[in-house]
Amino acid sequence: MNNANVLMVGVGGHGVILASDAMAEIGTINGYDVKKTDSMGMAQRGGSVVSHVRWGEHVFAPMIKKGEVDFLMGFEELEAARWAPCLKSGGVAIVADVVVIPISAVSGKIPYPTWEQMRGILEQYTDRIYLIPATRISREVGNPRAVNMVMLGFLSAFLDLEREAWTETMRRRLPPKFMESSIEAFNRGADEAGAVLR
Amino acid sequence: MKQLLSGNEALALGAWHAGVAVAAAYPGTPSTEILQELAKMDGIYVEWSTNEKVALEVAMGASYAGVRALASMKHVGLNVAADPFFAVSTTGIIGGLVVVSADDPGEHSSQGEQDNRHFARFAKVPMLEPADSQDAYDVMGWAYAISEEFDTPVLVRPTTRISHCKTVVEVDPERKAVPAQPQFRRAPAKYVMVPSNARVRRLAMEERIVKLHDYVETFPMNKMLLADRKLGVISSGVAYQYAREVFKDASFLKLVTTYPFPSELIRRFAREVDQVIVIEELDPYLEDEVRRLGIPVRGKEFIPLIGELTVEIAENGAVQAGLLPGKRPASAPATEAPLPLPLRRPQLCAGCPHVGTEYVLRKLGLRTNEGPVQKGDFVVTSDIGCYTLGVYPPLAALDTCACMGASIGHAIGLKKAGIPNKVVAVLGDSTFMHSGITGLVDAVYNQASITVIILDNETTAMTGHQGHPGTGISARGLKTQAVKLEDVVRGVGVRDVNIVSAFDLAEIESAIRKCTENDEPSVIIARGPCTLAVKTRRTPFAVDTEECTSCYVCLDTGCPAISLVDDRAHIDESCAGCGVCAQVCPQEAILEDKR
Repeated sequence: MNNANVLMVGVGGHGVILASDAMAEIGTINGYDVKKTDSMGMAQRGGSVVSHVRWGEHVFAPMIKKGEVDFLMGFEELEAARWAPCLKSGGVAIVADVVVIPISAVSGKIPYPTWEQMRGILEQYTDRIYLIPATRISREVGNPRAVNMVMLGFLSAFLDLEREAWTETMRRRLPPKFMESSIEAFNRGADEAGAVLR
Repeated sequence: MKQLLSGNEALALGAWHAGVAVAAAYPGTPSTEILQELAKMDGIYVEWSTNEKVALEVAMGASYAGVRALASMKHVGLNVAADPFFAVSTTGIIGGLVVVSADDPGEHSSQGEQDNRHFARFAKVPMLEPADSQDAYDVMGWAYAISEEFDTPVLVRPTTRISHCKTVVEVDPERKAVPAQPQFRRAPAKYVMVPSNARVRRLAMEERIVKLHDYVETFPMNKMLLADRKLGVISSGVAYQYAREVFKDASFLKLVTTYPFPSELIRRFAREVDQVIVIEELDPYLEDEVRRLGIPVRGKEFIPLIGELTVEIAENGAVQAGLLPGKRPASAPATEAPLPLPLRRPQLCAGCPHVGTEYVLRKLGLRTNEGPVQKGDFVVTSDIGCYTLGVYPPLAALDTCACMGASIGHAIGLKKAGIPNKVVAVLGDSTFMHSGITGLVDAVYNQASITVIILDNETTAMTGHQGHPGTGISARGLKTQAVKLEDVVRGVGVRDVNIVSAFDLAEIESAIRKCTENDEPSVIIARGPCTLAVKTRRTPFAVDTEECTSCYVCLDTGCPAISLVDDRAHIDESCAGCGVCAQVCPQEAILEDKR
C-alpha cells in the first residue's frame, strides 16, 4: 500500500474537482484512509482551483504540507508553475498542455510565461516533469472535456492499483453519454505514461 | 457501511438519521450543501428561507411543534440570526433544535472572519465541534439528544476545512429514528417572552448550563490520548488534525464539547503531562478557558489568531516556541529569483449578466479609483454576491461592500449626509430578498433620492444556483409561487420602477441617466439569467481583424473570453454570445460568428 499526496491544480470548469473526487473515491473503495479538500474561493469558473487528495493508512490533515506533494497534477500550465514550491524534492509533476491566459496577463504588466520558463520553475524542485498532450488525446477520443481523465490515467501508472480498479469505479460514476470516451481517455493517459516511463 | 463524505454531507446524513423533520437555511459558503443534501432525502421538510433569521425562526416553530429541527448557515449568517438565536436559548425547545453555523477561517468566500465559538458562550448554548466527517455524522445524534435532555438549542460549529473536506465515514445503513408526530401544547410561560416569563426562563438558562457542565465531563466524543507525557496538546476541530501531524509523539486531549467546557477533564489531562499547549484556529478561545482554570498554558504566543491554520504554520510556530527541534535550512536555495507569475483572480464569467450594468456605471460615473470623488461622479454602494467581483479592474465599478442588504442603507446614509454626488445602490435579486426590502422601505419612507439597481440573474448564483423567493423554485427544485421583484418594489411605494435587459447597454444607460436625475427613490431591475444556468448557447461573437484598430475598449468589460492575439482582440470559444463587447466596440468590429 503506497501512501500518496496528490495536489491537483487548474482553472475552474476544467474538471479538477471531478478528478480529485474520483481519486478520493477510488482510494476509499480500495481500502485507504482518504482525505480530500478543495480551495476554490469564489471561483465558479475561471479562477484558480486547488484540490488536495491524500491516500494513506491513517491521514490526519486534509491539506498536504508544503514540500510534501508526491504528485503535482497541473491541469493548466501556469497553475502547475504556481504550485511548484509545494512539490517534495524529486516529486512528480504531471502537466496538461492546457493554457488559459488570465485577464491580468491580457491587460497587465506580467505576461503569461513560456513553457520553458515554467519548466524552469518546476525544475527547481524536481527533474521528473511530464508535459502531457492531453488536449490532443482528449480530442482524439472525441471528448475534449476528458483532459482530466487523461491526467488520471497518466497518474495511475505511478500508483499501485490495477488499471481496472480505476476504470471500474469510473464506470459507476460517469454519465453513460461520456462513459466510453472517458474510459478511453483514461486508458490513453495510462498508455502514454507506460511509453514515457519505459 | 463505509462512505466517503464531505463534512456537510455527513452533517446532513447525521441529522436525517437523527430523525430531523424540518430543515431551513439560507445558502452561504461553506454551509450551503447541508440543506442541498437534505433536499435529496425523503421524510423531511426542507426550505431555502428568505434569510438566516427566518430560517432559525422556522426551525423554532417546528421545534415548538415537537419535531426535530435544523437551521444551517455560514458564520455571518448567525449574525443575521442572532436575535432568534438568543431568543430560542431563552425559551428552550420541545423537539430537538440544532443550529449549524460554519465558520470560514481565512475568508475563502466571505466578507469577514469571526470566531463563532463566542456565540455559544454569549447565548449560553451548548456547542459541539466536529474534527472530520465521521465526527460531523456522529455529533448530530448527540446534538439532538443534548437539545432535548437539557431543553436547549445546540450549536454545531464546523469550519470550511470540515464542511468541504471529504473523509471516510462509517454510517448506519438506514434511518432508524422516525420524525415525531407534531403537536403544539399551549404553554405561554415557555413560549411568550413577556418580561415576567422571560425572567423565569433566564434562571432556567443558568441552571441548564450548570447541569451541562457536569454532562460534558464524561461526553464520549471528548478523547484523551496519552503518549509522551512531556507535552500535552488540547485541540478541537480541524486544528486537532494539524496538531496530530505536528506533534507526532505528544499526548492529546481532543475536545468536541467546547461549550460548556469540561473543566475536570482538562485538570485531569494537565496533571498527566508536564506542559499544556492549545492548538486552535482564530481566537484564543480554548486557551482562555484553560488559563481560567489556573493551568499554565501556551498557544496564541506562537499560533496566529488571524486566518486559516495549516500544518506548516503550526509547525513553524512550534519550532519558534522551542517545542520542536529547529529544522535545517533548505538544502539548496533556488538559484534564480522566482519568476513573477500573473495572478488568476476570481472574475465575472463570459456572458455574465452583471457585466453590462457595471460597465455602464463605470463609464458614466466612476472616473477615479481612489481619493475624493469628482463632481458629477456617482458613488456606487454594493452588496454581497458575484457582482462584488466588479470591484476589480478593469470594471472597478463599486465603492462599498459590507454585509447583506447594506448597499441600500449605505446609499441612504451617504445621500442624507449631504454629498453632492448621485448615489446608486447595486445588489442582487437574492440579496434583495434576504435583506434589501427593509432598506428600500426606509428609502421610500424617508424619501432618499437614491437609485437602487437590482441585478436580477434569476438565481442565487455565487453559492451555486439555489432558488430564492423571486425564482419560484423550491429547495427541492419544484415550482412554487414566485414573489416578483417588481411587485415588491412597487408594493413598498417606489413610483419610478424600470425593468431593463441586463445585456442591452443603451437601455441600461438611459435608465440610469433618467433615474439619477429623479429626486425620489427609483429602482432599476436589470434582468438577465446567470450564464452558468443557461442551457442553450447563443451565437458566439468574433472579432473582424480587418476592422479591429487595437483600441482595446472591449478589454474594459473584463470578459474572460477576450484576450490579445498578435496585439488584436481575440474572442475564444468560451464566448457565451451576450453581445456586450459588440456594443462597446467603437469600430463595430465585433460581429456574431455565424460559422
